[in-house]
Amino acid sequence: MYSKGFKPLAAATVVALATAMALVFFYAPLDADQGFVQKIFYVHVPMAIASLCGFVAGGIMAIRHLRSGDSSWDMRSYVAIHISIILGVGVLATGAIWAKASWGHWWVWDEPVLVSFLVVVLLYCVYYPLRFSIEDRERQARYSSVFAIAAGAFVPLNFAAVRMAEAYTHPRVLSQTGGNLPGEMRLTFLVSLLAMALLFVTLWKLELISKNASMQLKRLKRRLAEREAVAA
Amino acid sequence: MPALPLDEAGKYVAGAYVVFVTLLVVYVAIIGSKIARIERELTDLTSEDDK
Repeated sequence: MYSKGFKPLAAATVVALATAMALVFFYAPLDADQGFVQKIFYVHVPMAIASLCGFVAGGIMAIRHLRSGDSSWDMRSYVAIHISIILGVGVLATGAIWAKASWGHWWVWDEPVLVSFLVVVLLYCVYYPLRFSIEDRERQARYSSVFAIAAGAFVPLNFAAVRMAEAYTHPRVLSQTGGNLPGEMRLTFLVSLLAMALLFVTLWKLELISKNASMQLKRLKRRLAEREAVAA
Repeated sequence: MPALPLDEAGKYVAGAYVVFVTLLVVYVAIIGSKIARIERELTDLTSEDDK
């Protein structure tokens, strides 16, 4: 069901990641202001974008679940949120490393972009206890979908609010005028972003394949147990 | 703050990329072990059914 096209996708992801790494370290010039430390940008920002888009995608899949009643959409939404949280943890860790190298502190509480991202990740950490505290599968899927939609709507609102905030202390790399990056850096960033997007989809499919196989196995075990009970 | 010299900046950049690779490897290892367990259980079920 989910394994269709997985191998070429995984191969494309490996190629894209290798290309992105090569561009980051051998092609993109050193930043005039930050120097070598700016290389963190090429992993930190694409990961943040993939994570935030994953949260929103999880919300959209949850809408499809509520509209259709098809539980596979709930599973897709859950996996998208799960991977987004993992990437979100990576964003916080790489962001802290970048902050230490650039500002001399691991965390800066008056920086709206950092704190708003932390708020988003913490919000989604609530998703797990909410989901797994409900035993009934249908209710679990329904409640989780409602949460995913509400939180998914919060993500772009939160992003817009930070953008509209007056205090801009975080560098605005992607502006409405097409970005402040020079050509080589922009190309490197776009390839890194593509690689991260492919990685997200690959991991999403991989986890769905695993979950689907696990569910099929459980179903098979149940059927065999029933058959044995009838035979006995 | 002025840009850090290369030898000092290198450890931060390496740290950030190591975090990314570690997350990726741990995640893939967990999912891989799950798939291996499913495969093992399927093999057991098939051999039981054959008996």
